[in-house]
Amino acid sequence: MTEAGRKDTPEQAEFRTYCRDWLSRNRPAPPPVELPLSAIELTDHQQLDYLCAWQKSAYDAGLVGCDYPREYGGGGRTGCQRIANEEMQRARTPYFPNVIALGMAAPTIFHHGSEELKRRFIPKILSGEEIWCQGFSEPEAGSDLANVQTLAERKGDLWTINGQKTWTSLATFATWMIILCRHDRSDKYKGLTYFVVPIKEALGKGVEVRPLIKMTGEGGFNEVFFTDLEIPDAYRLDAVGNGWQVAMTTLLHERGAGPLVTPTAGGSDLGAITANAMTLVNLARNSQYNGKSAADDPVIRDRIMEILIRQVAFMQSIRRTRVPGLTDHPMRFPLQGKLVFTEIMQDIASLALEIEGAASTLYVADGNAPEGGQWPLAYLNCFGATIAAGTSEVLRNILGERVLGMPKTK
Amino acid sequence: MAQPEDFGYHAEEDLLRSEARKFFKKHCDELTLMKLVASKHDPHRVPECLWDRQAWGKMAELGWTTLAVPEDAGGLGMSAVAVATLVEEAGRAAFPSPLIATINATYVLAACGTEGARTALGEIAEGKTAGLAITNRRGSWESADTDVTAAGSGSTVTLNGTAWFVQDARKADLLVVSARSEAGVGLYVVPVDAPGVTIDPDSIVDLTRDQAHVTFAGVEAGAAQVAAEPGKGEAALNAARPALLTMVSADMCGAGEWQLQTTTAYAKERVQFDRPIGFFQAVKHPIVNMMIMIDNARSLAYAAACALNHEPSEAARYAHMAKAAASAMAAFCSGRSVQYHGGMGFTWECYVHLYVKRQIHNQVLYGDAAYHRARLADMLIGPIAA
Repeated sequence: MTEAGRKDTPEQAEFRTYCRDWLSRNRPAPPPVELPLSAIELTDHQQLDYLCAWQKSAYDAGLVGCDYPREYGGGGRTGCQRIANEEMQRARTPYFPNVIALGMAAPTIFHHGSEELKRRFIPKILSGEEIWCQGFSEPEAGSDLANVQTLAERKGDLWTINGQKTWTSLATFATWMIILCRHDRSDKYKGLTYFVVPIKEALGKGVEVRPLIKMTGEGGFNEVFFTDLEIPDAYRLDAVGNGWQVAMTTLLHERGAGPLVTPTAGGSDLGAITANAMTLVNLARNSQYNGKSAADDPVIRDRIMEILIRQVAFMQSIRRTRVPGLTDHPMRFPLQGKLVFTEIMQDIASLALEIEGAASTLYVADGNAPEGGQWPLAYLNCFGATIAAGTSEVLRNILGERVLGMPKTK
Repeated sequence: MAQPEDFGYHAEEDLLRSEARKFFKKHCDELTLMKLVASKHDPHRVPECLWDRQAWGKMAELGWTTLAVPEDAGGLGMSAVAVATLVEEAGRAAFPSPLIATINATYVLAACGTEGARTALGEIAEGKTAGLAITNRRGSWESADTDVTAAGSGSTVTLNGTAWFVQDARKADLLVVSARSEAGVGLYVVPVDAPGVTIDPDSIVDLTRDQAHVTFAGVEAGAAQVAAEPGKGEAALNAARPALLTMVSADMCGAGEWQLQTTTAYAKERVQFDRPIGFFQAVKHPIVNMMIMIDNARSLAYAAACALNHEPSEAARYAHMAKAAASAMAAFCSGRSVQYHGGMGFTWECYVHLYVKRQIHNQVLYGDAAYHRARLADMLIGPIAA
């Protein structure tokens, strides 16, 4: 039985033992510099080099890309990435740096790329040798993603790219980008085509990357400008005009509802910090509220329990989704996952600030800040989660339309 | 002891669900229900007890009324997950019947473990209905609180006082009565036609059930009627409480799903501003929130049901969570179901109010959301310091 209580197949059980054994003997050394909460906040090369070395060693051991075919650098197994992920979580390993590539580029290339592209790109994604970023959002295309205006014009076997992408995590380190472009202004959806484009080798030669600072004060994401960047037609994914369908594959995986399980390692991401509403109980015990322990305040207690109940319900819903007789519509819960989880995270962080009271004004650099000032930071960062990868509002549209069948907003 | 990952929900439970859904569709579709319970609309009318005894008789023939009765007492002894499945479908149909009252009395009797309780379980297995008379005038949900007293000792005790908020009292053959004596709370099985028992119907909001206060005036209970000895009744009620909460929650999940499906269908069909109103996000998004809240409550209700059989030490926690989530869900879904039916939803002829009223009743039954969050906090954080 796994920690989640599911029964392993014989292949999975054997693989789990292997992973656990390997991880116990190959625990990575502590990082030489402090790491940010998640890979998309990486800002310096020391951090990146450390994490890339860890991903490479995990890849060489067969823990990354287990379910991809061997010809694309994978392990050729079935249902084993989830096992590896659970074991890496259990071992509290560092996270992987190449998150955009593993979670979005690899499944998209796998489902829509040419044989040549699959063989060229997927192995180096899995090993972490090439970092990727994602070119979807633009100044005029956020929730309305299909409104992208970055233009791809074809001249024979070459495409010329002009335009601007934004909110681009990891762009300063990226070798490659998955990009959604417009080749035809006359049709909003069918006028889209999807490519992979080089970033690093084209810096200063058609590509410019400018850092953006988040409201937390941290770096991490960027704007990317394209000026007459020329790429070969071989970098196109799927047919001209099929860009929207390809983008849906990317988004389904980004929201954790796609067919390929993304390799993820342990580590201290935002989710882990806010994952357990019980941390609020400890916070309340250490905080004063109206002159007494916040853990004895009936209103605070009620609100902690309200969130905790939603969190336990979320875990039980994941369990229930695997029982067909207790599931009305196959996508009813999977499409809720990202929406519900990120709103729980946000509510936990928000309540933490209230419990801390006056001390919640102290930020990360203040020595008197409770728990290192992580709660105000977590609260601010949580908006990234409810906005990125489909805002909560867009996800409610999708649920209302695809699961309940209400009329489409667009 | 760990819960099975699949909640112990298998082909048998799936079959029960589909049979139950067919049964309720046949015997209690919305129009039938409307004609049965809502033919009179005067809020000052005499309280009535309206239910389809024939349909209940058919349910009894199918064995559904004895699902929760242990096998050694002559019942089917099915898992709480199976029982919750049936209750959920009954809630989806807002079926007026003593089903939940009888099932809940069954769980209390099963928790007693005495010869008197076993005898009563045998009678339920043979088709008798039962209800719980365990609540005082002030509507306390605490097991220790009762306004009924038990006097005398030896072979016969005498019960005096009134039990309040007795669910489906006029559909019950037997009542399980909590009564206090010097030695503490005991539980007694009293037939409703015993001398000295008076059932005074309450005039209630919900049209799909009845409720009463039941007065015991010198009612004599013999040794065979003692389900729990004085001092042991409170523990038996506490032990059964998670099952009671789970079943009420399951009923609410079924009713909530009806509200979701009905409101969604109306939002797709009702056209204003040249569009179905479900196009508008002010309507669409809260309906999605209804779905999310139902899914939360439903997952917790099945986790609680599964815990009753497989992880009893955790059943109380899950049951508090389930009832808190279900009550919060019911309040939200009821409000939205009326609002999005617009003017139609405000009328007596629209089915929506039948479910709103059932949910209003369910929301407070055995404790509302805030009550269960407070109990859960006591378990997880510890009691509030004096």
